[in-house]
Amino acid sequence: MSRQVRRLAAVLGVLLGALLLNLTWIQVLHADEYRARSGNTRLILEEYNRERGPILVNRSQVARSVRTDDSLNFLRVYKPGAEYAPATGFYSLVYGATALERTENSVLSGSDSRFFVDRIQQLFAGTKTKGGGVVTTLNAAAQDAAWQGLAGRKGAVVAINPTTGAILALVSSPSFDPNLLSNHKPDEIRSSYQALESDPDKPLLNRPLAITYPPGSTFKLVTTAAALESGRFTPTTIIPGPAEYQLPNSTKKLKNWSGQPCGPGGKITLEEALAVSCNTAFAWLGNELGADALRAEAEKFGFNTSFQVPMTAATSRFPANPDAAQTAQSAIGQFDVRATALQMAMVGAAIGNGGVTMNPYLVDQILAPDLSVLSQTQASVFQTAMSQANAAAELIMMVNVVDHGTGPNAQIPGVRVGGKTGTAQTGNDLPPHAWFVGVAPAEAPQVAVAVVVENGGGSPEISGNKLAAPIARAVIEAVLGS
Amino acid sequence: MSVPAALPARQPTRRNAEAGLLVVALIIGLAAWANVDLVMLGELSPAFTIFAIAAIALAVVAHLGVRFAATYADPVLLPAVFLLNLLGLTMIHRLDLGEDARAVSNGTATPSPDVTAQLTWTALGVALFLLTLLVVRDHRRLQRYTYTALFIGLLLLILPLAPGIGATINGATLWVRLGPLSFQPAEIAKILLTIFFAGYLVVKKDSLALVRTKVLGLELPRGRDLGPLLVAWLVSLGVLVFERDLGTSLLFFGLFVGMLYIATQRFSWVVLGGLLFIVGSFGAYFAFNHVRVRVQVWLDPFAYQSEQGYQIVQSIFGLSSGGLLGSGWGQGFPLFVPYAKSDFIISAFGEELGYTGLAAILMLYAIIVTRGMRASVACRDPFGTLVAAGLSIVLALQVFVVVGGVTRLIPLTGLTTPFLAAGGSALIANWIMIALLLRISDTSRRPDAIVLSPDDALTQVMRL
Repeated sequence: MSRQVRRLAAVLGVLLGALLLNLTWIQVLHADEYRARSGNTRLILEEYNRERGPILVNRSQVARSVRTDDSLNFLRVYKPGAEYAPATGFYSLVYGATALERTENSVLSGSDSRFFVDRIQQLFAGTKTKGGGVVTTLNAAAQDAAWQGLAGRKGAVVAINPTTGAILALVSSPSFDPNLLSNHKPDEIRSSYQALESDPDKPLLNRPLAITYPPGSTFKLVTTAAALESGRFTPTTIIPGPAEYQLPNSTKKLKNWSGQPCGPGGKITLEEALAVSCNTAFAWLGNELGADALRAEAEKFGFNTSFQVPMTAATSRFPANPDAAQTAQSAIGQFDVRATALQMAMVGAAIGNGGVTMNPYLVDQILAPDLSVLSQTQASVFQTAMSQANAAAELIMMVNVVDHGTGPNAQIPGVRVGGKTGTAQTGNDLPPHAWFVGVAPAEAPQVAVAVVVENGGGSPEISGNKLAAPIARAVIEAVLGS
Repeated sequence: MSVPAALPARQPTRRNAEAGLLVVALIIGLAAWANVDLVMLGELSPAFTIFAIAAIALAVVAHLGVRFAATYADPVLLPAVFLLNLLGLTMIHRLDLGEDARAVSNGTATPSPDVTAQLTWTALGVALFLLTLLVVRDHRRLQRYTYTALFIGLLLLILPLAPGIGATINGATLWVRLGPLSFQPAEIAKILLTIFFAGYLVVKKDSLALVRTKVLGLELPRGRDLGPLLVAWLVSLGVLVFERDLGTSLLFFGLFVGMLYIATQRFSWVVLGGLLFIVGSFGAYFAFNHVRVRVQVWLDPFAYQSEQGYQIVQSIFGLSSGGLLGSGWGQGFPLFVPYAKSDFIISAFGEELGYTGLAAILMLYAIIVTRGMRASVACRDPFGTLVAAGLSIVLALQVFVVVGGVTRLIPLTGLTTPFLAAGGSALIANWIMIALLLRISDTSRRPDAIVLSPDDALTQVMRL
């Protein structure tokens, strides 16, 4: 009989194995899937029950959790709130989380696998698990300067450290107060959200990352880069700059804004053409180089690529198959060319970084629950857009734009600032967007900035120099001063 | 060295090993309770002292009882069971505290703690454990009561159907109510029926093992020997149909088929039993709506997640949010699962102690069952072998059915988790089962007493 008992024990062993396999399935392999299922209120409560980690700018906490007396234990508090909303996002009972609150949730909530050791320690200490911190790359002074510069007008500002790709300022205007969406009262959250949703100025939009605008004349930086990289042009090459450019295979003519030729006899150097933002010269240049060369150059700066900063930024576009007339328009940043403020800042940054485009990033460090540094983001190269010599030459051309061309409002005494203005038509009957892309100091660039003021911000007189350049100057001053 | 080889080696009693393991169990149990208190209250609760004193006292009494009445018994069984019992008490206490907190935040009166009753039942269980060890000095005597066991066992099974005292709780009619006390007679019945099966099979095993026909390479038993199997099958179906208790029904039938296989050593019984089980299951599925609902909810619980599937879905949510390491004791939301203290206590453990903790608990059960099987194999009389194996099967199947049910491996049934779940009758019955297993292992490990052969008359020493 003992043989039968042993066999039976083996069968019971198989049943035990089945139980363990099934538990592995539920608790380990598919746990995340079950946890995320609708109807599982645990997840939210569990997260609220833990002290969520802070989001930091420099050393101050722009988002943090404070203890409350209600059943949700912790309340998310954003200070100063609206100014940093494009970076922090919100953390809502009703609408989930956005921006860093969403992308860095595993760190902030403490569930990240990198916290394994901390969690074991907390397990044995019997303490509640705490979340880790996220240190952003933002520079508070630059962010303030950009936020105050836009002063509620619709628009976006992005500043980047050219050598690393670290995002120093990320401003969307108008913005919203994330505290309104992150409190513990679902009804209030819903009514606040609906009010923000129905606001015609769309304050919930993350403009610097999510909206692609026609870049207008700021795109001439890319066309210039393509020209220099072709080897056929130098800053002193003389090119045609007539009053009107006959679009190929078209009855239409592309005109200079002034209606005048750009230089004596309709001839101008490339450097001067950029300084005065000569449309006909760049339209001609576009067709000389061809759409493929322009697109290839644009893609080396980041066009047609989606970047995770870690929020996913909208993809900036250079059109796929423009004809000659469309290529001419594309070369001056119109037709179907679209770019985010982030993308144009990357163009400025790459020129300032010896031609190397860096991957942009917003998270500098991940902190453990005890706020020791757990990981540090390493800067990474996206692509090389230009040779070092050509990048240096184009940077000097940009300084010439500010010193002697269309962008005098970006001048800073004692600092060589490079820049490019833009006033881009929107194609509808709304006023054009005012752009400025700047980089400084020219000797060793520390900041590249892109500013876009949508539809001229309601100003009667619209130009990149008048509306966008002063904001760029303030941001550059803030970075250099801090 | 100089010990003469002719002398039999003295069998170690292993009682000190048992004492050591009991101390380990006590340390784990008390630390667990203290952990719960510190996490949830920030200080030790007043109940901690009572719990600690009771746990230590029960451990000492149980150990001394075994030392005195079952000197050579297995040293691992008692500590493993004791640890499970302490963990169960701690989890019930933790859920009590959770209900208190919930009542405070809702502004309602705090409910009376369930852990008090469970601790009382534990004490009663240990008392009956000792009583069993003292009364049943030799398990072979139980064989005399084979048919008495059958009679009382069946009576207990049908008792809940008796008008006046029977009670239906959560759809299953397996309770007997006498005044304030309610009791699940099926829990005691499972011991009595194990004794009956063993006694019956010891006598009939040879005739049941006879082979009459061979069909498709399978040796089938004689037709008239099928009677007992059919009776067991019908009784199980009866429990399922009239008392609506899927778990108990499954348990009895599995127990009978298993013991039949051990006794007759014929695999054909298992095949026949399996076929009958399949026929019965399909029949029940098509004949009874409550069985059909159970199966449908099992197949797709998320489709019924706010109705009949609520419990199992909440259980899965709890288990999955526990993950590998669990939320930590006192830091999960086990009360989201209905009946967290009784039927779904495994989900509570899975959520707060994680896969790791649950696997450890399953290992404790595996140890208990293995030790029971070991006692069965070591036992020198067939009756003891069958009883020990039967009791081990009961424990193992019960764990499988309840854990499989709350983790959706099999359809959900209403069995209690041995030694962990809140509920007095099951706890008492399980403690008695452990006493019987200890008794059998004691008998099998006890050095042989000098046996007098009847062939020769004893000559006496006379003082002259």
